[in-house]
Amino acid sequence: MGFNKVVKNANEACQGIEDGMTLMVGGFGLCGIPENCIAELVNKKVKELTCISNNAGVDDFGLGLLLQGKQVKKMISSYVGENAEFERQMLSGELEVELIPQGTLATRCMAAGYGMPAIYTPAGVGTEVAEGKETRVFNGKTYLMEYAFDADFAIVKAWKGDTLGNLIFRSTARNFNPMMAMAGKITIAEVEELVPAGSLDPDQIHTPGIYVHRIFQGAKFEKRIEQRTTRKRDGSC
Amino acid sequence: MLDKNGIAKRIAKEVKDGMYVNLGIGIPTLVANYVPEGIEVILQSENGLLGMGPFPWEGEEDADLINAGKQTVTTLPGSSIFDSAMSFGMIRAQKVDLTILGAMEVSENGDIANWKVPGKMVKGMGGAMDLVASAKNIIVAMQHCDKAGNSKLLPHCTLPLTGIHCIQKVVTDLGVFDIKDGAFHLVERAADVSIEEIQAKTAGKLVIPEAVGIVQ
Repeated sequence: MGFNKVVKNANEACQGIEDGMTLMVGGFGLCGIPENCIAELVNKKVKELTCISNNAGVDDFGLGLLLQGKQVKKMISSYVGENAEFERQMLSGELEVELIPQGTLATRCMAAGYGMPAIYTPAGVGTEVAEGKETRVFNGKTYLMEYAFDADFAIVKAWKGDTLGNLIFRSTARNFNPMMAMAGKITIAEVEELVPAGSLDPDQIHTPGIYVHRIFQGAKFEKRIEQRTTRKRDGSC
Repeated sequence: MLDKNGIAKRIAKEVKDGMYVNLGIGIPTLVANYVPEGIEVILQSENGLLGMGPFPWEGEEDADLINAGKQTVTTLPGSSIFDSAMSFGMIRAQKVDLTILGAMEVSENGDIANWKVPGKMVKGMGGAMDLVASAKNIIVAMQHCDKAGNSKLLPHCTLPLTGIHCIQKVVTDLGVFDIKDGAFHLVERAADVSIEEIQAKTAGKLVIPEAVGIVQ
């Protein structure tokens, strides 16, 4: 009866993810990544995955863990530095990589969540990104047509979520998570704090629960920092 | 010749009161240090932050609060946070007034190459293609020549392009150049650099006006 979105853990949340599927994975760098589900995908040993994610993690964290296990067939990303194993697999041809502009990546997710088949963007016009793509001129400026993504699962990370799947993100850990949450055929949300429906202010919800199919509170969040930059108390940088 | 800070300092003069500004990685990041007193700007970081503040104090780093270079940063009073689609939406809609970024090559017709070198590991374009395709006011900060001494101000880019017909101004270690009508127009030169040296090191078409200022 009613809405049964709450699952026990990452294992239950990732049921149905199979070899060869296309997954959207939220996060920017290591910020706002669904680390519990990534760990579960490593355990599950699913292979031949296509991952749509802005970055590819680092060697021992984030999507880098899936690369270590050679579980990824193709990455669709905007920037993939900081990862030696990624580089090795890419250069050896084991891993297929499609690099696309960051705004195009975000907007192709958004289009899927908004029920639009394609969008027009000027990003990449006149570059190799435009090769083979349909173009159209609006008001004298050329745009590329880019298709909405089609992903079997979207896996996102939020700060708070309720039992109806409503999500609130925190700070720049929001990044790609809201639009990926909207774009999956099945969307899994792992949250730092899962609260009863009614506990969150409806005005503060970033992602309405209608987009979220499975939700759970992550067992543990390491929240690793990729570039720790600070000011010293003595005033120097 | 201008060092990296000298280039950043000169570009900071192009930053006007009330601008929303996106700064790329490298020299552009340094520009924030030289924005003159009395000028208020708001920095946009394309991972989803307007009103980017300085690095946090030691011990106050927040893993959830980073900039587009994945460095820990802070917010400021009046900051706002948004998702990646909105972030590139405001860039595409030209709400961001000024974009400052680095480059490997710039051509005399305003093309830019800054993301890929054939034969080398390609890391990706990140947000650079979106920024150059949409921004109405782009300044490139870079060295005038590469490490082998080859000019980076060219008739045509030789590296894979990031965007076409989009760069209006280049500031290098040798001087300041406006790009218009298919040529680099020398605006200012570094104090210890001769016009002859600039001519010799600029492969693209160079226009030298009668009066050339000195970078202050």
